[in-house]
Amino acid sequence: MNVLAATRTALRALRKNKLRSFLAALGIVIAVAAVVATVAIGQGAQAKVAAQMASLGSNLLMIMPGSISQHGAATGSGATQNLTRDDAQAIEKELTSSVSALAPMNRTGAQVVYGGANWFTQVIGTTPAYLEVRGWPLAAGEMFGREEDAAAAKVCILGQTVVDKLFGEQPAIGEQIRVKHVPCKVVGVLLAKGQSSWGQDQDDVILMPWSTLVRRINGSQSDAVGSLIVSARSPQSVGPAQREVTSLLKQRHHLADSAEPDFQVRNLAEMQNAAQEQTKTIALLLGSVALISLLVGAIGIANVMLVSVTERTREIGIRMAVGARGRDVLFQFLTEAVVLAVVGGLLGLGLGTGVAKYMAVQAQWPTLLSAPVMGATMLLAGLAGIAAGFYPALRASRLDPIDALRFE
Amino acid sequence: MDRSEIGAAAQAVPVVQTEGVEKVYAMGDVKVHALRGISLGIDPGEFIAVMGASGSGKSTFMNLVGCLDRPTAGRYLLRGQDVSRFSRDQLAQVRGREIGFVFQGFNLLPRTSAVENVELPMLYQGISGRERRDRATQALEQVGLGDRVDHTPAQLSGGQQQRVAIARALVNQPTLMLADEPTGNLDSRTSLEVMGLFQDLNDRGLTVLLVTHEPDIASHAKRVVVFRDGHVVDDRRVTDRRLARLELQEGAA
Ligand SMILES: Nc1ncnc2c1ncn2[C@@H]1O[C@H](COP(=O)(O)OP(=O)(O)OP(=O)(O)O)[C@@H](O)[C@H]1O
Ligand SMILES: [Mg+2]
Repeated sequence: MNVLAATRTALRALRKNKLRSFLAALGIVIAVAAVVATVAIGQGAQAKVAAQMASLGSNLLMIMPGSISQHGAATGSGATQNLTRDDAQAIEKELTSSVSALAPMNRTGAQVVYGGANWFTQVIGTTPAYLEVRGWPLAAGEMFGREEDAAAAKVCILGQTVVDKLFGEQPAIGEQIRVKHVPCKVVGVLLAKGQSSWGQDQDDVILMPWSTLVRRINGSQSDAVGSLIVSARSPQSVGPAQREVTSLLKQRHHLADSAEPDFQVRNLAEMQNAAQEQTKTIALLLGSVALISLLVGAIGIANVMLVSVTERTREIGIRMAVGARGRDVLFQFLTEAVVLAVVGGLLGLGLGTGVAKYMAVQAQWPTLLSAPVMGATMLLAGLAGIAAGFYPALRASRLDPIDALRFE
Repeated sequence: MDRSEIGAAAQAVPVVQTEGVEKVYAMGDVKVHALRGISLGIDPGEFIAVMGASGSGKSTFMNLVGCLDRPTAGRYLLRGQDVSRFSRDQLAQVRGREIGFVFQGFNLLPRTSAVENVELPMLYQGISGRERRDRATQALEQVGLGDRVDHTPAQLSGGQQQRVAIARALVNQPTLMLADEPTGNLDSRTSLEVMGLFQDLNDRGLTVLLVTHEPDIASHAKRVVVFRDGHVVDDRRVTDRRLARLELQEGAA
């Protein structure tokens, strides 16, 4: 019997017991779906972090409130409020040898309206130094100044995407838009950066003075900043800057040198390493989850195949009587198990892809489906099918034709 | 190929030649002697009915002749080839190429169409899908079921199921057709139709070996062999042979 004929026979046999075949394959479906979805989610999350870091530049330090032990995500939630504008000023004044520029950053999502057009975007409250730190020039207009920050002036700078959405081809500079009901005058437009390599639109953003965002839009009297981005003078001064910032902030926060800081100072390399470590742990965890679920899936198939062989003893006897050799019967049942596993695997791929896409939309990261992972998972599923089918198939092939024919 | 040609060419070599064949079943400490030395020759073109009381060893003998089993002692030559020492796989090959089985209980694959059932033996001879379908359809036409190819066993009468089984037994153009009580589950008229088919096939040169309890059925054969307790106790030509086709015509008239 050739592979094609065996596969057809197997599909026909499996179709005769659709529900049971489906339940038998369910373990494999779940295993493959879990692997595909979690790998995609992991890579999506990693890409998001990597892109956030990459968009900052290589001389950068990121200072976030909260100690490492109480700090969850590397992007900073700003739940603790122990990093202030005063801290920022102190760094700027005292560390001139290693730090070239520094900007506070508070973010919020906001609806923006101009005439009949409206758009939801990210608003960053910062200082004029932001453009220097990020190395991001304006395409038109002028950056707001320190006076505007001090006065919480109602001005803003638009990213190109926001311009397109609100103004289309019309000039934006000098126009009045509303950001969450606060009217703001557009004073500048950022140079288009385009999409980041992983697909996020970097131009979908509005900049405004830090105090305008915090005091007027958020309506807060707090001086706490979400994070500080610091640009070191050179790649070589990243290390010294990190040490100096740490000791200065400890001193300002009245912490002993040996005490654990209530903030984090991170450079890009560190953040990447941390992300990589995390990825390794996730990969290891995923690997074991995949193996366990595949094992469970294989046991499910083996169980159903054993039942099937017993049920179909007479069929086996008939096949042997008309000339099937032991190896033909072995091949037939092995094919059935593999077809079951592969069909289950394909369903799992579909399901996993669906989940990954849904998650990507929800969490706003790219859908990164890894073809090698999908291929390897399918291969594993096929191998699980062979492993699961082998013993039942061997039993079938060793049946005595006369006993099998007499079987009731 | 024309059966009578093969028959003439192979006239010298018997289809079946058993020499002192014994079969002993070990049931724990007890040994059951199902066959106690059977020596029997069957020439090409013969039509033999095996009779005997229940438990006399008829089915055991059929299984040995059909290469489903191996003798405990003695030799069995199939077309001059000693198959009594063949491996399981070799026996399977011989069954596929030389033997056609018809059983009392039909033994068709359930929920599988007639034509697919008939294709089954060809599946193990590496015959292509198209040729399988053509030959299976032809075999079904030969047994008068050309209009029932897509019916499953559940959609066929007992007689029709047995005819599908006969088509399946024929389809690889075997040397020997074995039928163990093929009419056991059929009424007398359907039995006659099945016997008519066997006689037609035999007329075209196929060697037929049939087990039956009923003397009426046995008298359609050319030769009758009687078993008792694992021995052959009688072996005779049928003198007034009955022809199923004639009986059916008379019955209809
Ligand atoms: N697998 C077996 N194990 C043990 N004993 C067996 C086995 N098969 C057959 N026998 C015994 O061998 C003897 C012959 O059995 P066999 O089936 O050949 O009889 P039979 O002539 O076909 O009978 P029937 O007309 O009832 O079909 C019986 O005594 C039976 O019990
Ligand atoms: Mg019997």
